[in-house]
Amino acid sequence: MTSDITRASAAELADRLYRKEISAVEATQAHLDRIAAVDGSVHAFLHVDAEGALATARDIDRRRAAGEDLHILAGVPIAVKDIATTKGLPTTAGSRILEGWIPPYDATIVAKLKDAGMPILGKTNMDEFAMGSSTEHSAYGPSHNPWDLERIPGGSGGGSSAAVASYQAPLAIGTDTGGSIRQPAAVTGTVGCKPTYGGVSRYGLIALASSLDQAGPVSRTVLDAALLHSVIGGYDPMDSTSIDAPVPPVVEAARRADVKGMRIGVVKELGGEGYQQGVRARFEESVQLLVDAGAEVVEVSCPSFEYALATYYLILPAEASSNLARFDAMRYGLRVLPEGVDDPSAEQVMAASRDAGFGDEVKRRIILGTYALSSGYYDAYYGSAQKVRTLIQRDFSAAFEKADVLVSPTTPTTAFKIGEKIHDPLAMYLNDIATIPANLAGIPGMSLPSGLADEDGLPVGIQILAPATKDERLYGVGAALEAALVARWGGPLLAKAPELLTTANGREARS
Amino acid sequence: MSAISRDDVAHLAMLARIDLSDAELDKMAGELAIILESVARVNEAATDDVPPTSHPLPLANVTRPDVVRPSLTADEALSGAPASEQQRFSVPRILDED
Repeated sequence: MTSDITRASAAELADRLYRKEISAVEATQAHLDRIAAVDGSVHAFLHVDAEGALATARDIDRRRAAGEDLHILAGVPIAVKDIATTKGLPTTAGSRILEGWIPPYDATIVAKLKDAGMPILGKTNMDEFAMGSSTEHSAYGPSHNPWDLERIPGGSGGGSSAAVASYQAPLAIGTDTGGSIRQPAAVTGTVGCKPTYGGVSRYGLIALASSLDQAGPVSRTVLDAALLHSVIGGYDPMDSTSIDAPVPPVVEAARRADVKGMRIGVVKELGGEGYQQGVRARFEESVQLLVDAGAEVVEVSCPSFEYALATYYLILPAEASSNLARFDAMRYGLRVLPEGVDDPSAEQVMAASRDAGFGDEVKRRIILGTYALSSGYYDAYYGSAQKVRTLIQRDFSAAFEKADVLVSPTTPTTAFKIGEKIHDPLAMYLNDIATIPANLAGIPGMSLPSGLADEDGLPVGIQILAPATKDERLYGVGAALEAALVARWGGPLLAKAPELLTTANGREARS
Repeated sequence: MSAISRDDVAHLAMLARIDLSDAELDKMAGELAIILESVARVNEAATDDVPPTSHPLPLANVTRPDVVRPSLTADEALSGAPASEQQRFSVPRILDED
């Protein structure tokens, strides 16, 4: 019964809760039991809040028994990336500098989850301040890919993808600055969506790059992602970049799952050379399935994408160096006194604290951003990057004249081994080559599983991109493709993942 | 654009208020030189006739009515402070006092 609950999709759970076949307490306890059994080996969570989750579940059960009209996802548990502030629950963004910090307020998306009555199971692991593609830059150790515990679950949201892929949660929150929702989804065989920039409030999310950051749903099915998207989306007066319009009709589109007559654009520059054989094969198969389902395929060219990675690694560090200036050891977070200095100044304390509290990748990007913004170099680096950003937006505009959505592989490769790329920053950055253009242009993107690569048996993701504010197209195309793929596989892709060893204390199960 | 030197990195670290060790400076100078060489490619595409974009969607300034609304209490605001005193953040000295 317990495993039955944890294998159910969020939509199925919601349905069973509505019909009172199970209680919210049962649903929540089943996931807490699963966490206790497997998270010692997966390490998806930085903090588990059993008591808080069960309290929410009990409240929902009481209200349901009283006949109250509840949100469709009431009682469906969720995991939250540790980048979102949660009142009363530790929030670290994967950094030592915030170790033990308990925020006094909720991020807007967390408040929305609570309003919907969704029990929050805990906070998921991530690369420090979301800088990375593997969770290896977490100050608290990496998460492990449930398909192969020696491999990365993607990043920065590898804790959320690993939690969902290993049935520790049916849903999770992710954030995506250059691919941190979509790339983890691709390498773990799960679904992740980055909404249109401004579609989901950033209030209470610890900022990495403010013009790129966007929170979104992580799930095992396209419909589940749509259900969560509609909970967290919408206008928020607390975020000045929030779009003042209703959430796009994502759930309706996911249920309709229709691509008939749609024009699907294959992006010439995202694929081919540099992409693993199995990634290309699964991508081509998925495109064919879309054609079989009634879509028309066109090739589009986005020549400026060649410069997207370079542009991103100027804009992101520039914005990050500014955002992370708030960690000054004065109002919250770590304070370290410099060694051998009597009566140190505030600046010396700040510098010592930031050296002790930030990891290597964070320091690297802050220094890079400081350089890109410094006088004499600003025009050559940051100024040029902003111009290329315009060119990338123009490429998208031209492509969307010819196509309703664009598709590409989500990542060039399947999950790599933990440790394989950690000492080569540029190799690590290349993981996001196909996902970054969407962030630079602010458009929505989704990754869903397209199968397993023949050469290594690991999951491959396909990315769908749509014009700004047309998020529903991702769900329509995604759900149609998912239906065709699941029919072909005879069940969900995750059913092919190896069973994790479970123990009363999962920590002992790590091999 | 010139390559980045170890002294440059030390200066940038000072500007960014990060007290990097000698070993960190050595390592980072090499890494940043490689990264900068790679990202400098943006200059090939950024010609004079292209306007810069700072934000993905057009931005408008947002204001709110000037009315009191719930906010953190002093205790809540100070709850994460490394040190506090008399309902205020307590910080190290800011000025030199010799």
